Amino acid sequence: MRENSAMERLYNGLVKENPTFVLMLGMCPTLAVTTSAVNGVGMGLTTLVVLALSNLIISLLRSVIPDKVRIPAFIVIIASFVTAVQLLLEAYLPFLNEALGVYIPLIVVNCIILGRAEAYAYSHGPVSSLFDGIGMGLGFTVALTCIGAVRELLGAGKLFGFSVMPDSFTPIGIFVLAPGAFFVLAMLCALQNLVKIRGEKKGKDMSKIGSGCGHDCLHCTETGCAERIEDKDEDSGELIDLDEEDN
Amino acid sequence: MGNLLKVSSNPHVRSKVNTTGIMFAVCLALLPAAGFGIYNFGVRALFLILVTVGSAVLTEFLFGLYKKKQTVSDLSAVVTGLLLALNLPVNIPFWAAALGSVFAILVVKCLFGGLGQNFMNPALAARCFLLISFPALMTNFNCDAYTGATPLALLKAGENVNILDMIVGRTAGTIGETSVIALVIGAVFLILTGIIDLRIPGSYIVTFVTFLVLFGGHGFDVAYITAHLSGGGLMLGAFFMATDYVTRPITKNGQYLYGIVLGVLTGIFRVFGASAEGVSYAIILGNLLVPLIEKVTVPKAFGKGGRRYEK
Repeated sequence: MRENSAMERLYNGLVKENPTFVLMLGMCPTLAVTTSAVNGVGMGLTTLVVLALSNLIISLLRSVIPDKVRIPAFIVIIASFVTAVQLLLEAYLPFLNEALGVYIPLIVVNCIILGRAEAYAYSHGPVSSLFDGIGMGLGFTVALTCIGAVRELLGAGKLFGFSVMPDSFTPIGIFVLAPGAFFVLAMLCALQNLVKIRGEKKGKDMSKIGSGCGHDCLHCTETGCAERIEDKDEDSGELIDLDEEDN
Repeated sequence: MGNLLKVSSNPHVRSKVNTTGIMFAVCLALLPAAGFGIYNFGVRALFLILVTVGSAVLTEFLFGLYKKKQTVSDLSAVVTGLLLALNLPVNIPFWAAALGSVFAILVVKCLFGGLGQNFMNPALAARCFLLISFPALMTNFNCDAYTGATPLALLKAGENVNILDMIVGRTAGTIGETSVIALVIGAVFLILTGIIDLRIPGSYIVTFVTFLVLFGGHGFDVAYITAHLSGGGLMLGAFFMATDYVTRPITKNGQYLYGIVLGVLTGIFRVFGASAEGVSYAIILGNLLVPLIEKVTVPKAFGKGGRRYEK
C-alpha cells in the first residue's frame, strides 16, 4: 500500500497503530466507559467523528496556525466539534449521552485527538489527515467495543443488552467495575501482541509504521512513543547521544 | 598432595532450607485450622479445600506446561489453594472456589512471573476478587451448623458476643478463620521452626489494639478488644498471610512499619468502614505499599552516612 494513501491510513489506525492496544492513548475513556458494548461503540463513534473532522480542519489550517500557539488552536477546533457533537447526542441519543456522561466533554482533552493533530494532521495533507482520523477513530471504536463486549459478557451475562448466557451463569461482578477494565484491557493487549509476535516469527513484516514517532511499535521498549524534543539536534533533527555529550 | 586447597566462588555459606520445605511447613501449620474447619462446618469444608487446592495445582501445572518450566513441585500452589479455602465461607459453590484458585495462580502469580514475582498475596487477591464479584455468595455464612451473622458483624451492630466460643472457634465465619487456638498452634509451630518471626504479626496486632483503644469507642475494654482480636481473619491474616515471604518487606525496620500500616488499615476498615471485616483488603493494600516501605527502610551500609570529621 502506498504510504499516506487513504487505505493505508485506515489500516494503520485499525491495526498497526491501534490507538488503544498499540499506542496506549486515551486510556481514561477506555477504562471508564466500557462497562457495556453499546457504551464502547457510542464512545468510539463519538470520538471518531470529532477526530476525523478536527484532523481535516487542522490539516487545512496548518499553514495559517502559528507554530507557537498551535496547541491552543487545536484545542479550540477540537472543543468546537465536541460541543456540536454533544448537542447532537443530547438531542437525538439522550440515553447514550447519559451513559457516557462527563466523558463526552472530556473528548476535548483526549490524547488520541490531540496526538493525531500534533503527530499527523499538522504535517500532512487534508485527505490523508481525514482518513488518518477515520482510521484511528475506527481503531478506537473496535477496541472499545471489544473491551465493552467482554466486560458486559462476563460482568452482566449480556451482549449489546441481550442476555446471551444460560441462566445458570452467575455474572462475575468485578468485570463491570474498574478492576475488570484493567484485566480485560491487559488480556486483549497480550492477545494482540501474541498475534504480532507469531506473525513476525512466520516472517511477515509486522513492525513497519508510517507515522507517529518513527520508531517501530512492536519493538518499542526503550524510547517510548514520544521522542523527547530536547534530545534532538535542532539543525539536523538527529538524536543526540547524551553519553557522548557528557565526555 | 592430599591437602590441596579447595577454591570455590561464593556463596560459601549455604542453607539446606528450600522453597518446598518452607511451603510444606506452612501446609503443616495450616492443618490444625483446616482440621477444625472441617470439624466445625462439616465434610463440605473438606471438599472445598480439595477443590481449591486441586484447581490451584492444576492451573500451575498447566501454566508450567505452557511455559515449559514446571514449578508445581515447590508446593506453593498447595499453600495458595489451602489459604484460599480457609478464607471462604463453607457454602460457596465449588465453581466459584475453583475460579478463585485459577485467578490466584494464573492472574496474580504466573502472569507476573511466577512465585517470587507476585506483588500481592495470591490467596488474598483471589478472596477480594470473589468478594467483589460475588458479594452475596461470599458473605453468606449460613450453614448447617450456624445461622446468622458472624461475631464481628454482631460486634459492629453493638450486640454481645461469646468470647470463649470465638477463641475456641465455634462461630460462623470462613472455614479457617474461626478458631484462634488452632491458628495459634500453627503459628507457634512456624515460629519455633524459624519460618516466620514475630516482627510483622507482633507490630500488626499491637498497632491494631492501640488503634482500637484510641478510636474503637470503647476505651480500654478488654472484652471488646479480645473479641476483635479473635474475630474475623485477623489471626489467620497476621500469622499466615501478612508474613508471606514474597509480599512482605525484606528489611527489618520495613517489617515493623508494614505491621503498623496493616494494623492501622485494619482498624480503619473495621471501625469506620461499611463492612465488619477488613483484614484482606488491609493486607493487599499493604502488599502494594511494600516497594515504598522497602525504599525508605534500606539499612545503611557499614561506614556510610556517618559524621565526617574535618582535620
